[in-house]
Amino acid sequence: MSPALNRRQPGSPAVALLAALALTVTACGGADDGGEGDERRLTVMAAASLTESFTELADRFEAEHEGVEVVTSFDSSATLATQVASGAPADVVATADRRTMQMMADADALAEEPVVFARNVLTLAVPADNPADIKGLADLQGSEFVVCAPAVPCGALATEALRGAGVTTRPRSLEVDVKAVLTKVLLGEADAGLVYASDVVAAGDRVLAVPSPELTEAATDYPVAVTADSGEPDLAQEFVDLLRSDEGRRVLDEAGFSSGEGEDQP
Amino acid sequence: MTTGTRLGRAPAHLLVPALLGLVFLLVPLAALVARTPFRGLPQRLTDPVVLDALWLSLWTATAAMAISLVVGLPLAWVLARVDFPGRSVVRVAVTVPLVLPPVVAGVALLSAFGRSGVIGAPLRDLGISIPYTSTAVVLAHVFVALPFFVVSVEGALRATSREYDEVAAALGAGRGRTFFRVTVPMALPGIVAGLVLGWARSLGEFGATITFAGNFPGITQTMPLAVYEALSTDPEAALTLSFIMLVASVLVLALLRERWFGEIAR
Amino acid sequence: MTAFLDAHVVVRRPEFDLDARLTAEPGDVVAVIGPNGAGKSTLVRALAGLVPLDAGHVTVGGETWDDGAGRALDVRERRTGMVFQRQLLFPHLTALDNVAFGPRSRGVRRSEARRLAQGWLDRLGVGDLAGRRPAHISGGQAQRVSIARALATDPRLLLLDEPLAALDVGVAMALRVELARHLPGVHGVSVLVTHDALDTLTVANRVVVLDQGRVAQVGTPHEVAQEPQTEHVARLMGLNVLRGRSSGTVVRLADGTDLVTATEADGEVNACFGPQAVSLTHEEPVGSARNHFRGTIRSVVPHGSAVRVHLDNPAGLIADVTPASAAALDLVPGRRVWAAVKATEVTVYAVRDLTR
Repeated sequence: MSPALNRRQPGSPAVALLAALALTVTACGGADDGGEGDERRLTVMAAASLTESFTELADRFEAEHEGVEVVTSFDSSATLATQVASGAPADVVATADRRTMQMMADADALAEEPVVFARNVLTLAVPADNPADIKGLADLQGSEFVVCAPAVPCGALATEALRGAGVTTRPRSLEVDVKAVLTKVLLGEADAGLVYASDVVAAGDRVLAVPSPELTEAATDYPVAVTADSGEPDLAQEFVDLLRSDEGRRVLDEAGFSSGEGEDQP
Repeated sequence: MTTGTRLGRAPAHLLVPALLGLVFLLVPLAALVARTPFRGLPQRLTDPVVLDALWLSLWTATAAMAISLVVGLPLAWVLARVDFPGRSVVRVAVTVPLVLPPVVAGVALLSAFGRSGVIGAPLRDLGISIPYTSTAVVLAHVFVALPFFVVSVEGALRATSREYDEVAAALGAGRGRTFFRVTVPMALPGIVAGLVLGWARSLGEFGATITFAGNFPGITQTMPLAVYEALSTDPEAALTLSFIMLVASVLVLALLRERWFGEIAR
Repeated sequence: MTAFLDAHVVVRRPEFDLDARLTAEPGDVVAVIGPNGAGKSTLVRALAGLVPLDAGHVTVGGETWDDGAGRALDVRERRTGMVFQRQLLFPHLTALDNVAFGPRSRGVRRSEARRLAQGWLDRLGVGDLAGRRPAHISGGQAQRVSIARALATDPRLLLLDEPLAALDVGVAMALRVELARHLPGVHGVSVLVTHDALDTLTVANRVVVLDQGRVAQVGTPHEVAQEPQTEHVARLMGLNVLRGRSSGTVVRLADGTDLVTATEADGEVNACFGPQAVSLTHEEPVGSARNHFRGTIRSVVPHGSAVRVHLDNPAGLIADVTPASAAALDLVPGRRVWAAVKATEVTVYAVRDLTR
């Protein structure tokens, strides 16, 4: 897996423009809520796939830290990267792949080396009634399935996995994000789709995961880091520690993530 | 200009808001152009994926307008000229897609033409599948652009007096001849305006297209979809693509203006 | 034997009922006059087929166009030509194509239709404007084109709804001459709705007076001008008509005043006199044989070489005086004056009953 497509300078004016745009949109839910002076605030920006697990972890963190309010903001990893790189007021940032995290590191927006706290494994998802009777990755041959576009991380993984499984049938659609793939499967407009394990969990019983041993290595790592501009570096570090604790692991497991430790790749 | 000099200077309380409106429209466009990395332009312009997307956008928008003309003009005529019970209800129904979020429009189209849709399911039994095809792109465009066209043309038809229809009838013209020789030519400026409006709306269409037709280069990936895909991975490429789309649409509209509006303005 | 045009038009509207009979022969030009709201336009629209009859009938040349019971020829199947006050020329067509539109609609080949159209434009004196669009010709020229357009279909019934009303006086006069020349040549009946006495007198050979949806008078223009039956027509003709009950040479008017005349009559009469027969003074006139009324000036307008003064008593009385006396008497609206009419100036004739 070599995401070398990236020729862009993260600090370029174009990125700043887009980031500014994104900021104005997210600012309403952001850090400027006013609030009491003695309350400490921790702002966590995380990839959209972390919504359920991080919301729960934020609640637990608040319960364990008297007088601390955790503000969460979820968006696509690329958007998060542009926001943080252009100075969005975040304390902790967690993305769904290493590449976007590297963008922030390159922009000197991180206080430390990021650590991987979770993996999300690519999963073959089918509608609950499995109309095309898909039993494994090889069954995709000749079926109507959708995947992410190769340019986005889930698409890069999918392309590789399909090649490995010898599937030559062209996907019906190269969706721009993994949620769109899931939507097509949910609506029954595709026989199958390649999404992340966490997406299948989030979709409930309307979508089934078809066990596919070939996919165990088709995973994306979720790195997390404390930002360089954090006003609460200690609290931020405690939140990162929570992610890597047994408690954090349990919550992430329930959401469909697998362990990220010991599987670090360069 | 001539009326301006005859009636005196335009008053400031009209000029100031007019200028504000103009500036508001032009500044973001100018900013977009200013931020466009022109270095990448030659490369993008020869990229077959970009050319495919541009060509697809142009021809699907044009096809959508051809369909709109064929079904929308008679629909507008019926709304403007025929008294029937429930006309106001029909008029509201026609404009509903205007307020529908485009993604919802896409889901609505899937519910109708999708694999398990009311029309899609029987069509599928006949071996016809619409989603993930260029036809789906055209249908999505028609769905979102037709209301613009119908509203614009109905307004034009209402503005041209019914008396002319009576004159034509008294001269012995049948309804068909009256429609094509009198009604349509007299409403032509409105019809052209409706076509341009609908065409532009089609060109920018994103939500309904990506939901209903999916995203596959050369088949369903229009320019806005290509821009969006690039946005999540390569914002500079997105800016370049947006610029190309902007120039292409401005060129076409300028050409149309020369050809059509010059004629009609007399 | 029924007439070429035999119409009994009954249209019921919330505001009023139109119930009018109309007969005419080919070549007739029938002027329809009457106050606003009398039903003139409705009559024309019903004849054209744009308004369905509620009862009655319309037959033209022995063909039933509307039987009043719901069976009616469609507008486009009737051979009518229509000319409106607003010319309603198709703005996107040249004058020539406007005129050729009717023949083309009735199946005439393009070249033939154009030849025909050019002929009509030439006859109406606008042949050189054939290539122009309506936006580029004057109102009078446009009305000529629109008349040519109506005539080009060789109509059995030519309907002209106040064709000259929107035109300048000079332009209207020239066009009136054209109408007088061309309308009698139509192979059918022309019906001319107008507000103008001149149209009635110069163009029409028959006059139908409509009042509140009913025919109030029918006759030749001369008859109607001589003995107008309604105040509106009298005003139109520039005459004063006062209705009252005559006994000997005294007519008692509706408001109770007596008018002395030189004609003996008994019963319901119209007493008619011209505006120049009315003289105005500040002092109450003396003299036994004179009728005089005290009234307030409503308006003062130039009228030809004279000045026309409208008084409110008797209602609508008009008097023509010279500009010199208008200035000497300081006749301005609101001033109260005496109006006097010599008994010998008053024509008395019986009110005719048209209800039959």
